[in-house]
Amino acid sequence: MSRSAYTVRRILLIIPTLLAIYTMTFFLIHSTPGGPWSTGDKPIPPRVLEKLNEAYGLNDPVWKQYLDYLKNALRGDFGPSFASRSRTVTDIIADTFPVSLKLGVVAMVIAVVVGFSLGTIGAVKHNTFTDYLSSFLAIVGISTPSYVIASLLVLLLASTFHWLPTGGWDGLFSTKVIIPALALSFYPAAVLARYTRSSMLDVLSSDYIRTARAKGLSERAVIVRHGLRTALLPVITVAGVVFADIITGSFFVETISSVPGLGRYFVSSISERDYPVILGTVLLFGTVITVMNLIVDLIYPILDPRMQGR
Amino acid sequence: MSSNQGALPSNSSATMELMDERSAQSIESLWRSAIRRLGKNKIAVVSAWFLIALILIAIFGPMLMPYNYAEQDHSAVTQGPSRDHWMGTDQLGRDVMTRLVFGARVSLTVGFVVELVILAIGVPLGAIAGYFGKLPDMIIMRIVDVLYAMPNLLFVIVIMTFLRGQLDAGSGGIFASISSLDARLGGLVGVYIGLGLISWLTVARIVRAGAMSLKEREFVEAAKSAGAGHRRVLIRHILPNTLAPIVVASTLGIPGAILYEAGISFLGLGVIPPMPSWGLMISEAIPSMRSYPYMLLFPATALSLTVLAFNFLGDGLRDAVDPWMKR
Repeated sequence: MSRSAYTVRRILLIIPTLLAIYTMTFFLIHSTPGGPWSTGDKPIPPRVLEKLNEAYGLNDPVWKQYLDYLKNALRGDFGPSFASRSRTVTDIIADTFPVSLKLGVVAMVIAVVVGFSLGTIGAVKHNTFTDYLSSFLAIVGISTPSYVIASLLVLLLASTFHWLPTGGWDGLFSTKVIIPALALSFYPAAVLARYTRSSMLDVLSSDYIRTARAKGLSERAVIVRHGLRTALLPVITVAGVVFADIITGSFFVETISSVPGLGRYFVSSISERDYPVILGTVLLFGTVITVMNLIVDLIYPILDPRMQGR
Repeated sequence: MSSNQGALPSNSSATMELMDERSAQSIESLWRSAIRRLGKNKIAVVSAWFLIALILIAIFGPMLMPYNYAEQDHSAVTQGPSRDHWMGTDQLGRDVMTRLVFGARVSLTVGFVVELVILAIGVPLGAIAGYFGKLPDMIIMRIVDVLYAMPNLLFVIVIMTFLRGQLDAGSGGIFASISSLDARLGGLVGVYIGLGLISWLTVARIVRAGAMSLKEREFVEAAKSAGAGHRRVLIRHILPNTLAPIVVASTLGIPGAILYEAGISFLGLGVIPPMPSWGLMISEAIPSMRSYPYMLLFPATALSLTVLAFNFLGDGLRDAVDPWMKR
């Protein structure tokens, strides 16, 4: 298969994938007992309930709701939120998603810097105490969930030492971003460190590195100019998935640090059975993940000339 | 070696049995050398002992505790660690240590049972896809691809909300019978099913890849030509040879399941209170962690250490079977 045919095929495959995700999510949430109006302190009068169901098409047969929502979604209209009826899902996502995205980018930058350095140091100092220490740190990062790290950071940096605020959000350039971003970056940093280390170890034992050393380059030049470039290629394939992970992983951290992002909103929309918000969020994240995977698969051969013939 | 070695047995069922035996023997010796290598990995050995101790605590610990995990003592709420309550009490006056020990039981059963569900789904589907190829492979791999594109945590949340709703309502069909068991186990059945349903993909892929490469190998051809049917080839020759990656993936899958359970219980979608879960204990501790940090630190440490031990053991196992996989 030629490259362009492959690219077209991969792009077209996004459509059935997203359709399957939509279908599964739709029928799962619609067969979950309890409706969007059942929460709240005082019960809603039956007549009002009837009106609400009527107005939002919840009295229609499920398959009709399925098709109607799909038709509107294709036009970019994800409907009104059931929980806050004056706002549409698009409004809510436009308000909250950029917050999650900004937080995610900061976390990703930390993760990439820490992960690449930790992994490279581990590989260069293979089988020394430094290597064991960096591998140990990486496995601790993988084993500790973000909500534990977030709460420990708040406990330590905010409550005990009062260095940082306990929570909230004032945009990117505020000290409030530090704790949630650090908490979010632990796991991806650890994953990237592990991949970088094993990929770097492979590269460092290859012939061309021996050649570079033999021609008298400094160890630093060998590693930075020759080693890192090749070693980071396979790591990039993981980085795309890791970034998608960061964004979906923000549920816990956003809740603990009171960051008004999409993750925190999604958790409350689940308990409120806010169908349009749930569907809109799942579709958005599903798109992010599929597109990320696609980009990674498509740019990989460009970055690595060895892959082009295949 | 038996004396008739070299002389082909006259009937084919004897040949097949001989082949089964040979393949079992060679796999056994591979395992023995892998375990020897694992024994030299100090941190993996320490992790294994830690996990054995934890399993014993999970089995016998709750019987030794003087309190019950749901027992509330309103005269002793949010007390710090003391002689009566070694790890203090929570907002409802429940003994934290009792809940922590019971939480070990919850976490470990979740880890092992979910892993069993994963194997029960992933191994047969992966084996069928890899061994038979063609249409079965295509159908199974399309499902795997779609599930891979699902945002994991979101999907867990949606599935758990669905299962929780169905099980709590106990509404007819297959849910009615599971629902009473689920209620008795504090919502754990829902957790097993939900996590199993979303986590089998990796195992299925590993088994599929193994089956695809093994089905071309000489010993499988030989077994087939001796008259072994598909089922026999799969069970006696292909699965034992993919066991190493399956064991590694399972050891690394258990901490994944434990973390997921803690996460969904943290969000209030996992176990049903008063059933203790480390994730639930952490989320209950967070609002008042400034005043009562011990309520957060004990379950957080327990959770991280347990997951850490499984990861160390899994890494050690992977290194130990590595020469075998590269064969």
